[in-house]
Amino acid sequence: MRYSVFSIARNALQYHKGWAKVWRSPELKANYDAVIIGAGGHGLATAYYLAKEHGMTNIAVVEKGWLGGGNTGRNTTIIRSNYLQDSSIAIYNLAHRLYADLSQELNFNTMFSPRGLLMLCQTEHELRGFKRTAHANRLAGLNSRILTTPEVKSLVPIINDSPNARYPVLGAYYQPDGGTARHDGVAWGYARGADAMGVDIIQNCEVTGLSRDGDQIVGVETTKGTIRTKKVGVVTAGHTSVLMQMAGVNMPIESVCLQAMVSEPLKPLIDVVVMANTVHGYISQSDKGDLVIGGGADAYNSYIQRGAFTSLEHTVTALVETFPVLSRIKMMRQWAGTVDMTGDRSPIISLTDVKGLYVNGGWGTGGFKSIPGSGFVFADTIANDRPHPIAEPFGLNRFAEGRFIDESVAAGVAH
Amino acid sequence: MLLIKCPVCGVEGEECDFHYGGQAHIARPASTDPENISNEQQRDYLFMRHNPKGLHFERWRCDRGCGKWFHAARDTTTHEFKAYYGITELPPKQLMQQATGSWAEYFADKIK
Repeated sequence: MRYSVFSIARNALQYHKGWAKVWRSPELKANYDAVIIGAGGHGLATAYYLAKEHGMTNIAVVEKGWLGGGNTGRNTTIIRSNYLQDSSIAIYNLAHRLYADLSQELNFNTMFSPRGLLMLCQTEHELRGFKRTAHANRLAGLNSRILTTPEVKSLVPIINDSPNARYPVLGAYYQPDGGTARHDGVAWGYARGADAMGVDIIQNCEVTGLSRDGDQIVGVETTKGTIRTKKVGVVTAGHTSVLMQMAGVNMPIESVCLQAMVSEPLKPLIDVVVMANTVHGYISQSDKGDLVIGGGADAYNSYIQRGAFTSLEHTVTALVETFPVLSRIKMMRQWAGTVDMTGDRSPIISLTDVKGLYVNGGWGTGGFKSIPGSGFVFADTIANDRPHPIAEPFGLNRFAEGRFIDESVAAGVAH
Repeated sequence: MLLIKCPVCGVEGEECDFHYGGQAHIARPASTDPENISNEQQRDYLFMRHNPKGLHFERWRCDRGCGKWFHAARDTTTHEFKAYYGITELPPKQLMQQATGSWAEYFADKIK
């Protein structure tokens, strides 16, 4: 069913009893042309573009829990593309452009809101670093620039602009078309689109093993049975190492907890996204009115999806320092996701030594913003068994070749 | 919140009294054979990590106590510390036997 104002009117007249299920719950088949492991944003987008751009509809997306229930449902939904390195700009900008038309493309409201995004400069070094990034972005044709402190204050009246602050706001790096989208909407939209083209989305189906015949991947063992397939795409974020180990492939990844929280709903208070990388606090206000707040990642390896109190305290300290008016608001919920960190803080989109086994992971703290671009290039990589030109720099071989895409400097710590 | 005990000076503290030092038992290949290090060996040393879902072996530093580095075995699904041991030591044999995945491969010839 296509969603439109007419379908709403028609269903309203039928007391909303006519709405069909948005996707099927098919039985798992024994054979597929390709299997995507992980029904998060990246996995579903990969399946969607495999079906749409490459005509591969006999594919399955298998998911341990429910679709969009991992990091896709746990992030702070920030979307931006103002990275330093050319390779990063290419993929994040592709994602950003696809996000702009995604609601029309999927006929599903993803609530993309390019409301403007500020990255605060709170030390001289940060200001200098972001000026460099701004120049790099201008060369790449991105719309982003440095704002002065008064300009920041006019965009974000609640910010503490005192020069006596521990980390004074010296300016901000501004991307006017950065913003947010509804994370569930993105996952559901891609799921609905892929399902409509015949892709089987199998939820509550945990992968327990990957079968190889020599160098070729031949099957996937799941709790719902064995699948025979020649192509497997692993898109499991925090569990990338675990899944790849099933095929005997080690990964340059460590999994840690990253926390976020939301406050009680408030009147409109802040209409842009503000990221403070030095003090580790990220904030935006959702359409419901609650403040969506993200912080820094925990230091140590964990799969527990529960962050450390130390990190939470650190984030709240930064928040109150930067926005003193928020000191007495109540937090409604707090949670964490298991994020997969690489050494250079850039993702891995790659073929592997095992034929037919592809991996898309290592997005660390910044996967949501890249979902459409990541899915688009990964689908192309799987369909043609060679890296898409935009994915090529993100290959696993870069770690042996010393060819890093170093964004840990460009993006502060979390991005 | 982790509660950690330093095996060197014996103090017990919270995780913010200690400093995480990443995966344990990573030998720098260039220390023993500086001339014949392949790109892959250097990659393994710098970037490849076991990252198990379960028993993990890692380094910690007693920041606000004696300042010494030490090793710990911890479960990444429960955060329970299984053992503390010296920075030059291997884990207790029993834990080496319980290790899974690429950790098990690493300990295979060390258990004897």
